[in-house]
Amino acid sequence: MNAPSRIAMRRLDLTTGRIDLTHGAGGRAMQQLIGEVFRPAFDNPILARGDDHGLFDVPAGRMAMSTDSFVVSPLFFPGGNIGSLAVHGTVNDVAMSGARVLYLSAGFVIEEGFPLADLQRIVQSMGDAAHAAGVTIVAGDTKVVEHGKADGLFINTAGVGIAPPGIEISGDRARPGDIILISGTMGDHGIAIMAHRAGLEFETTLESDSAALNGLVAAMVGAVPGIRVLRDPTRGGLAAALNEICHQSGVGMFLHEAAVPVKPDVIGACELLGLDPLNVANEGKLLAVAPAAYAGRLLDAMRDHPLGRDAVAIGEVTADPSRFVRMATRIGGERIVDWLAGEQLPRIC
Amino acid sequence: MKHLDEYRDGDTARHVAAAIHREAEPGRLYRLMEFCGGHTHTIFRYGIEDLLPANVEMVHGPGCPVCVLPIGRLDMAIRMARRDGVILASYGDMLRVPGSKGQSLMKAKAEGADVRMVYSTMDAVRLAETNPDREVIFFAIGFETTTPPTALAVEAACSKRLTNFSVFCNHVLTPPAIGAILDAPAAGDADAVAIDGFLGPAHVSVVIGSQPYEVFAAHYGKPVAISGFEPVDMLQSILMLVRQLNEGRAEVENQYIRAVTRAGNVRAQRAMARVFQVLPAFEWRGLGSIPCSALRIRDEFAAFDAEHRFDEPYVPAEGTKSCECPAVLRGAKKPTDCKLFGQACTPETPLGSCMVSSEGACAAYYAYGRMRTPAA
Repeated sequence: MNAPSRIAMRRLDLTTGRIDLTHGAGGRAMQQLIGEVFRPAFDNPILARGDDHGLFDVPAGRMAMSTDSFVVSPLFFPGGNIGSLAVHGTVNDVAMSGARVLYLSAGFVIEEGFPLADLQRIVQSMGDAAHAAGVTIVAGDTKVVEHGKADGLFINTAGVGIAPPGIEISGDRARPGDIILISGTMGDHGIAIMAHRAGLEFETTLESDSAALNGLVAAMVGAVPGIRVLRDPTRGGLAAALNEICHQSGVGMFLHEAAVPVKPDVIGACELLGLDPLNVANEGKLLAVAPAAYAGRLLDAMRDHPLGRDAVAIGEVTADPSRFVRMATRIGGERIVDWLAGEQLPRIC
Repeated sequence: MKHLDEYRDGDTARHVAAAIHREAEPGRLYRLMEFCGGHTHTIFRYGIEDLLPANVEMVHGPGCPVCVLPIGRLDMAIRMARRDGVILASYGDMLRVPGSKGQSLMKAKAEGADVRMVYSTMDAVRLAETNPDREVIFFAIGFETTTPPTALAVEAACSKRLTNFSVFCNHVLTPPAIGAILDAPAAGDADAVAIDGFLGPAHVSVVIGSQPYEVFAAHYGKPVAISGFEPVDMLQSILMLVRQLNEGRAEVENQYIRAVTRAGNVRAQRAMARVFQVLPAFEWRGLGSIPCSALRIRDEFAAFDAEHRFDEPYVPAEGTKSCECPAVLRGAKKPTDCKLFGQACTPETPLGSCMVSSEGACAAYYAYGRMRTPAA
């Protein structure tokens, strides 16, 4: 099939125009939106065919797949926007299997009245983020809902990747004696969002750490194929990710508070808001669990990558039927690092 | 970070803890109550008890505003939230506290009540300004720390001539509660709480000063050390109490000199006095009715008093049977003495108020300290 030709219409007003219900109605207006906003940003031959699906070859092996919906508020925040976040989030979820991330889909639920200029900016940063991460957006969908039925824009992305042979990375593989590493400072994304949330504004130069981690993962898997667990500590922060792994693997953990890097701005904001940085979301950090014998090599590989420069070992896996994440506090006491109860702040991603 | 790092420093903490170990006399028991929930939180978050000798024991006090609010008052707030046209603005901690009949503000919100979480009283005033066709009720709770901001919000609403803003006042006072703990149980009573000294609250004392605690030293012979919230602050205050007890002194000492004076924040006190007056008595969860222990909005601001504007009667309500929150709040029992703790009652499914707020003893013990409990 030939690539669809441009439909003869006056071009969209991408400066002051707004989304209306016709843009989701399946008619010419929708085709125009796709043609003038989405396709240029996501430009690739698979999408350009204009089918209801992306069709592509896959190498032999195991596929990893993930999906995530993004409802972050505000849509634009220091360090990114909902579009770049929607690419990074799903790329990272797939990459945490050790897989090479290949393809994404993107679904948009747009509220009537949404400024076309904002939409274009968001879609363009999705395209840029995908390009930078080396992944291709091969399928998409657009729905428009009436005013008041969605808060501006929601995005869903799904992604697939190919896991190289010999790599076995899963949350159920942590073993007593393994070392726990993190790739950098904790809590940047959550605090950057909260700082710009209505009613909560406080001054900070902090930016979201939103980033695609598939390059870092490739470097890590290349250096230490025996990595047991990878996870990106998003909602619920490091505390939630570690507790999930303990429950999946049937182990405990012991951390050293003094080893966990947290930026001063994040510490300050957490004081103000009564939060624990270990419960605050990250969007460009990962944690890894690896056998102690490989921990040094893995740490070196992480630090050699720009997104792992501040990587550190923060603790070790223990045998513990209670599956507690325990932590030696800065002052020499001990405490549990627990899941957060209740909701810290909705719509962080 | 200034005023944070130095008070969380591991070496300093260990240094002070070593002095406590040196100076606490073997064979003597030091039962010290930290009144304030903020201190309870610090104790567990930093594992301060791990640094103390076995004979220096922390008794957790009732200074958690969410915890001491009687269920009947929470029920009133839930009923107010369910009224047509009402926006109930509340501090986030209150949302999950169980009221009677399995109700909570969170459940009311899920069922359609307009409950908004705010971080400051002025956010609630702003809600009233931006929603002129709605009745905005601010669910005010807390000790003397949160009272001045509520007073300023009432005054701001008054000067803005807002007709759709009111406050459901549940502000309580610290000194009468300490007095009630010291007065209540007779020695030898099964419920008796033996306390040798008090760690005085940090933020409350910034407002009221150190003077109001002098009666506890002078008349009850209990030493008081007003303490900052950081772990080194608390260890230093514990050392001050150990020294007072060793030397047979009972005085009000101020560890938190970087923020607390004897007279306190007079401007904040004046704002409180302009807007509020002391109620003859108030029902506390766990402590019962305490004379002169809470505030109401003065008659000249009655238009901003939700209890005046909305006819919601107070109906006393019982908590879950066998929930030990009342005894935990008096310091008479530890969270782990409760059969429900960690079983039926967890932070996700709280049955008592002490399991909800991060300042509640049960929540702090569960989230940070439950590895000290032998596995059930």
